[in-house]
Formats: sequence, structure tokens, C-alpha cells
Amino acid sequence: MMKNKADEEDYWNSSKFKAFTFDDEDDEFSRLKESKRAVNSIRPLVDEDDDEEEVEKVSWSGEPVGSKTPLLFNTYCAVIGWRDYVSDWSPEETVQRMQQGKAVSLEKFRSLQDKLLLLDYAVSAHDGNVITAPLWDLFVFPEVLFRELTDRQTALRHFIHYLTESKDQRLLLELLRYLPLSTPGLPLLQYKEHLGIADENKRRDFLKSCLSLPFSPEDSVHVEDHYTLLERQIIIEATDGHAERGGKQEIFQKFPRKASILNMPLITTLYYCCFYHYTESEGTYSSPLNIRQTFKLSEKQFFVTALAARAKLKAWPDVDALFTSRNWLGFTRKKSPLSFQRVVDVLHKNSAPTQVLQDYVALVDDAELRITLAQKHKCHDIVINTYRDLKDRQQLLGYRAKMARGSAEERKINELLNNSQIRWKN
Amino acid sequence: MAAHLSYGRVNLNILREAARKELREFLDKCAGSKAIVWDEYLTGPFGLIAQYSLLKEHEVEKMFTLKSGRLPSADVKNIIFFVRPRLELMDIIAENVFRSDKMHSPRDFHILFVPRRSMLCEQRLKEQGVLASFINIDEYILDLIPYDGDLLSMEYESAFRECYLENDQTSLYHTAKGLMTLQALYGTIPQIYGKGECARHVANMMLRMKREFAGSQNQILPVFDTLLLLDRNVDLLTPLATQLTYEGLIDEIYGITNGYVKLPPEKFAQKKQGEASKDLPTEPKKLQLNSAEELYAEIRDKNFNAVGAALSKKAKIISAAFEERHNAKTVGEIKQFVSQLPHMQAARSSLANHTSIAELIKDITTSEAFFDNLTVEQEFMTGVDTDKVNTYIEDCVAQKDPLIKILRLVSMQSVCNNGLKQKVLDYYKREILQTYGYEHILTLNNLEKAGLLKLQSSSRNNYPTIRKTLKLWMEDANEQNPNDISYVYSGYAPLSVRLTQVLARPGWRSIEEVLKMLPGPHFEERQQLPAGLHKKRQQGENRTTLVFFLGGVSYAEIAALRFLSQMEDSGMEYIIATTKLLNVPPARTPAHIKDSMHPSEDRQLLFV
Repeated sequence: MMKNKADEEDYWNSSKFKAFTFDDEDDEFSRLKESKRAVNSIRPLVDEDDDEEEVEKVSWSGEPVGSKTPLLFNTYCAVIGWRDYVSDWSPEETVQRMQQGKAVSLEKFRSLQDKLLLLDYAVSAHDGNVITAPLWDLFVFPEVLFRELTDRQTALRHFIHYLTESKDQRLLLELLRYLPLSTPGLPLLQYKEHLGIADENKRRDFLKSCLSLPFSPEDSVHVEDHYTLLERQIIIEATDGHAERGGKQEIFQKFPRKASILNMPLITTLYYCCFYHYTESEGTYSSPLNIRQTFKLSEKQFFVTALAARAKLKAWPDVDALFTSRNWLGFTRKKSPLSFQRVVDVLHKNSAPTQVLQDYVALVDDAELRITLAQKHKCHDIVINTYRDLKDRQQLLGYRAKMARGSAEERKINELLNNSQIRWKN
Repeated sequence: MAAHLSYGRVNLNILREAARKELREFLDKCAGSKAIVWDEYLTGPFGLIAQYSLLKEHEVEKMFTLKSGRLPSADVKNIIFFVRPRLELMDIIAENVFRSDKMHSPRDFHILFVPRRSMLCEQRLKEQGVLASFINIDEYILDLIPYDGDLLSMEYESAFRECYLENDQTSLYHTAKGLMTLQALYGTIPQIYGKGECARHVANMMLRMKREFAGSQNQILPVFDTLLLLDRNVDLLTPLATQLTYEGLIDEIYGITNGYVKLPPEKFAQKKQGEASKDLPTEPKKLQLNSAEELYAEIRDKNFNAVGAALSKKAKIISAAFEERHNAKTVGEIKQFVSQLPHMQAARSSLANHTSIAELIKDITTSEAFFDNLTVEQEFMTGVDTDKVNTYIEDCVAQKDPLIKILRLVSMQSVCNNGLKQKVLDYYKREILQTYGYEHILTLNNLEKAGLLKLQSSSRNNYPTIRKTLKLWMEDANEQNPNDISYVYSGYAPLSVRLTQVLARPGWRSIEEVLKMLPGPHFEERQQLPAGLHKKRQQGENRTTLVFFLGGVSYAEIAALRFLSQMEDSGMEYIIATTKLLNVPPARTPAHIKDSMHPSEDRQLLFV
């Protein structure tokens, strides 16, 4: 705190710019009334529960009594520094001159109305470069500026854009705090800040603090899920990192983790959990079933992800179990929320062997599609059986030609062709 | 060097020459030897204005890329920074200046802002305490850059984003300025039409600027008859569709930047006879693409399905030309043959290049993934099942296809359905956020702000009406010998270009209803010409329209406009201008460019 003070002293003494003053000239008095009121109404830029003595004070003689925000004044004074010569340009002319890159004096626009008038002219010129300049000038009255900006969405966006571009995070967050929460897009703008936070614990805490922002109902659910996911990832990462280093769990030895799970998307997290924590009971954070419950994942999403993860591990019984359902007679049959064509696709991508693939190719309903898939994956039995069922002798003959001499497939085709019980259609 | 700029209806070389002249003047202001420090983004556009030889003639001895830290040593008198007016670049410049070697012979610093000086930037330099170190601070107004004989671009990368997301209309101000420069060189454009909010703003600014210059009258005979200003958000559908022209596909797959494309080198390896092709080149092959190359000018705007035939026809012509040598008997004949050789060899190597490119593209266009994607696009554009969750999109999400592909499809569905039902929109959003990360709440929000994604309001879907009235879908598009602009998307006629076509004939009055359904106002303005500058039109002489796309234009749209210019009975020639040539992020089509993706796209693969 003391250091802070010292810095300020330093600043005010060393600054080559003259400090901000309100010349109390009589003729200007009436025009300044509003400005004075505005300045008097300035609330501290810091949180209200901060120490009294930290509160920024501006005495009417013009000397800032002590400021927690030298930056604002710095900015303001910098603008004053533009005063290359005093002139008598109207707001419109001033804006034009600024657009032409000529020297202007903004000092003349002293009252709040004048400043706002200048700003409005600048906005109507559509030149971002020019719009931001009067904004700076207005920053001595933060609260007034913020209030006026809410009615001037264009100028507001320019200013936010400027602050973002100049990487002035502190000022930006201050500005955001001052704006009414109803300002369109504000909660998301604040939420966006999390992208700049590298430390996962800080990021989690920041996301938590976002939960109270007035998002739209849908966004608010997503932000909450985001927070919940990161919170969970931090726990899983710590536990699994520990287990991996401990060297006691076989799975981590066999398949060392290649990246941290932190900040990964939900589905990727689910995949990870299906890979490393498949059999865990629903009570743990890393249990796939728990994740499915917590984030209300659809059956299809859960199914595809689990399928891919278990196939990658070549855990074929697990894959098989995913499809098994019993009907009321107690027979098991394979059911899938996904088309069997897509199932075959997923399994193939995870290099499932032909023996596994053929079980699922056989479940494709459409005969033609089944044949195409079976040929692609060399499931000869299925091709042969399907042609048999279609009583297509010609196709069988053709297929025999593709089989190796003396192979089991060739023998099987020969047997079928010699079978007098089959009534071939051709 | 830039002869192709002057072949068109409007000699755009005048603009290029004006830009070169200004550049020379600035360079001569800084007397003595020079080094240029480049904002990297500018080198592409500048390359279209001036080659190194011009700079060298004006004593530019070294060129560096702007980087933080210390400037590389250079024994020159002047250091000139060529930069865009961006605050973050000012900090780098300040660091460069601070850390420059003071022991060395004193050097003069200069800044050339492109396209405009900025108070904020100069202020920043002042804050950093280096403003006084600069002898010259100047601006180089490079608003419209000639890209081809009929094409101008501002290469303002973020115009669409700034206008529609950030409500920052600075790009429109630059546009108006650029159009004023253009009018100073090519005469006042008597008629201005426009559609959209931004178009209205630009027209207003132009008229205001003209009033401000009221003193001096432009005495140049107008080259352009009409200016048409079109907002990109009037037609959001077109850039979402996969372009199917040759040039469009090159852009879809490899991305064209500043007239150049980088291609995988394998297909371009020079195999000399008897030499084993053991060392394959690893650097991507960089090719310049513009109408200066005869073959490219011929095929760039064709539907890709017609490119193969065109290439083989060309191959026959070239080999026939080479065969001619057997017929050359007399010395005179041989001499003539030899004189044509360089041209023939250039044609042969151009043919070889484009055959290779066409092969690369064909690998992709014949893939199942490409076909499936196109099928869904065409279903949406014809209005099939646009109101329910699409299983193909669902599958693509499940397979973690590049996010950009998903977003393009979902946006297209939304546009073709005049918004999505709450249930459908929520479903897509959830799928996307769960699969690609919650931080994409921001991405989705941006899409909504830009109107690419929206909730269907209670009013009925008006897309079918727009489609029918403007004939946006042509069932029997002829790809080989097109008779309508719809060939560029194999059936879909780009809305923006239809608006342009209807404006020329029979006029927008015939489509008032549809114009009202599209966002933003439509308007017409006239600019008075001084007496004596009214054109006396020859019978049968074509009129010239400058079509300005505010927020970007796709290569297929350019192709469609060129097609209209060439149509015998259209009576209109089009020059195209844009804030930016729309680049498709090279991610949309199949997997082979995956490594250029954001790492998160492939995170699932990382684990095992």
C-alpha cells in the first residue's frame, strides 16, 4: 500500500504533463456545473469495501488528492499533450481534421456536453481511429463516461475494442464492472477473459465467479457445465497423475497418458474416462456413467465414445456388451443407437480384426449395403451367405474367381453351387 | 510485369501506376540508403504493387520482418517501418528503436502507415517515448489493390467481423475513401445502387465527401456507369456453399492468399530421365495465379467438371504445335518455329502445373466425404428437411470433423430455413460445445450476432420464396457449356450475383418483394456530372458496373460475374471490388490438411 502511494507521488512529480485542472473561470462556471456534479459523483474505481484512504479524491482546486488510478489521468493528460495549438474548430471540423491526420486540440471541448457532442460527431464519421480519441478524453469521469456509453453502443464497442487491442486488461475489467449488467453481450465478454488465464485453478475460480452473471438461460447452463467440467478435470488429472507416477495401475503403464486432460472438451474427457476408468462405479468423478449423468449426454454420444475407446483398447468383450440387450424372452440380441454401418466404420478406424468386424457387418439390414461393406472388409462368409440368400448364382461365380485357389471360401462356394436344393434365380 | 491489369475493359494499371508513383515519392523523401522493416501482413498486398526491383532502384538495400527485440544490423542511412496502424505493432517499433545500436552511425527512422495514419498509434509511440525519433511519419493510401484485370481488393481482413460483430465501421470509411480515389482516377460514377446497412453508410459517406470537395470538379470522362454496393449479410448463403469452379476449389482446398497458392510438392517433383526420384522436395510448391497465365485465365472460372476436357484439348494443341517442327523445312520456317519455342515451353509447363493441380483436386472431389458433404449442402439449398436435425451433421460431429465444416453446414441450414427451431438449434449447440469445447459459446454467439445462426421467429420461412423468385436453384445446370451463373455451384446461382443480374435487367423494381425480405435498405443515388462529361454511347456498346462486396467475395461469385460479362446479350461488363477476397480456412474439406488445424480438433487422438 505504501509503495502504491510512493508510486503516485513519483508519478505526479515526474510527469511532464500538467495535472488535470478545472479552471474555475467565472464565464465557464455555468457550463462546468454539470461536469462538477459528475466529478463529485465519481465513486471509487476500486471496490467499495476497500480502505477509505484508498478512495480516489479530486479536490476542486484541481489537484488530485491521491489516485489509485494514475493510468486514467495519464491517458487524459496524454490527450492534453496533443494540444499542438489552440484553435477554434467546431466539433465537426475537429473530427474531419482528425480524420485527415492533422493536429487538433481536444482541450477546447471542456464541458461534458461538448465532449459528448464531439464523440457523437466522431461516431457518425464511422472512423474507429477518431471515435476512440474523444473517449479517452472522457475517461476522467469514469462513471459518467460509462453511463453515457451505455446509450452509445457504437462508441462503447470501440472503446472495448481499443482496450482489448492495447491489452489493457485492468482498465477493461474496470469498465466492465461499471457497465450495467444488462449491457448486451457483457456477460460473454467477461466470460471470455478465462481464455487468458493459464493456471487451471485460477481459471476454475474465475469460471465459478462467472456463474452469477446474467447469461441467457441456455448460455448459463453451458457456462455451468464448463465450470463443472474443469473442476472435475483438475481432480482427475491430480489423481491419475499420482497413479501413473506410483506405477501401480497397469493401464497407465501399458498406455501412458500422452497429454493432460485439463481444458479438453467434454467428449474427449468422456473418451479418456472410457479408456482409463471404464469399470468404475457411478460414484466416482471419473466414472463414465457419472459423466454421462452429470452432463446429460445422449445415449448416442455416450455409445459412440465408449465404442471408440474400448475398440482402441481391443477390449472386444466390452464392445460386444455395449450392444447386448435382452428381450422379454431372455434371448440376447444386438441393438445399437447407431447404424451398424457406422459401427463398422468406427471399429475399422480402430483397426478391429476381420473376425470382430464380421459380427457387425452381418447385422447391417440392407443386403446391398451389407455386401459392399463385407467386400470392403474382406468378410467373405457374409458375402457368400448373402449371395446364397439372394439366390444369385452369377454373383457367386464371379466372387469365386476372386478367391484364392484351394481356400476354404472357394470350397464353400463350390459346395453351394453343387447344392441341388437351392433354386438359383439365374 | 502487370500487363494483365490493362487488358480488361477498365485499365486497372492506372491505379497500380498511381500507387507506384506515390511509393516512389515517399522513398525519395528519405534520401540515402534504406532498409525497410515490414509488417508481414503487408508484404503480400505490396507485392502486387511493386517488386523488389522498384524498391532497389530507390536505394532500398535491406528488408526485414517486423519483430520484437533488436533490429538486425544494416549499414544504411534510413530505417523505414511499413506498418498497418495497429497498437501492438507500435510497441514492437518502439522496442526496435530503443534497442537500436546508438554506437553505430546515426540512422534516420521513418514510418509509413498503410493505409492511414492513426492518432492512436502516434499517441502510443509518444507514450513509449520514441515519437520524436521519427523524421517522417507518413501514410500510404493503399485502399484498393488491383488483383487482376477486373478485380480490386482492399484486403482488409476483418471488415465483416468489425462491421457485424464489433459494430466498428472503420472499414466502411476506408471503402468510401477508396472509392473516392477510384473516382479521381476513373471519373465520377453517375449511378449508385446499394443493398444493406453498410452499403447505405458507404454511399452516404461518398456523397458527403463529394460535398466536402465541392470546390474542384472531376473532369475525367466516367469509365464506370454504375456502382453497386452489396452488403455481405444480404447474402450469407453463398460463401457457405462449397465453390465448384476450378479457382474456387483451389481456394477451398489449399487457400489462395494474395494471388498465390501453396501446394503439396510431391506432384510437382521434376523427374529427370535416368534420375531416381529419391529426394522429393519438401517445401510446398508456390504458384502465382492470375490471368497473366493464358491457360489459367481460360480455365479458372470453369466448373471443375469441365476442366479435364479443357486441359486435354489444350494438351492436343500444344503437342500439335511441337509436332510442327517436323514440317519446318526451310531455314525461315525453322527460325519461326524457334522464335515460338519460349512461348510453347511456357504453355507446356503451365499445362503440366494445372494438370497436377487438377489431379490433386480430383482426389478430393471424388472422395466419399466430399460427395456426402455436397449432397447435404444441395439438400439444404433446395429446401429439403431443413427444419430437423441432420444426421450427416450429427455424424460429422461424432467423428470430430473440423469445426469449421460443422459450423458451415449448420449455418447453411439455418440460413436456408430462415432460422432454426429452438429444439434443433439447442441440440446442435450442445453437440458442438460438448465435442469441441465450451469456450465455443463465444464462437456460436458470434455466429448468431452475424446472423449466420439464428432462432426461427414466428414468421414463416421466406427462403423458398426468395429461392423461387430469384431462381437460386437451377435443376439442369450445364457444367460443360453453361448458360446460367448457377454452373459455379453446380445448380445454385449465387444470390448476390442474381441481384446484380436482375439490377441490369429488368431492374430491381421487379423484385421489390424479395428485396424487402433481405436485410437492410435498398436504394439508388445519382451523382451529377459536369456538363460535357455525359457519355455518348455507341450503339451496342456495353455499360460498365463496378460491383463492390462489403465484407468479402468468394471466387465462385467472381466467376459468375465474369460469366455475365462474357454473355453476349448481357450488355454489361462487371468490374469487381471487395473489402477482402474471402478465404476459406483450409480445413473444410477432407482430412489431409488436418495438421493445419487448431490442435484441439485432434485432441482425442492425442491420448493413445
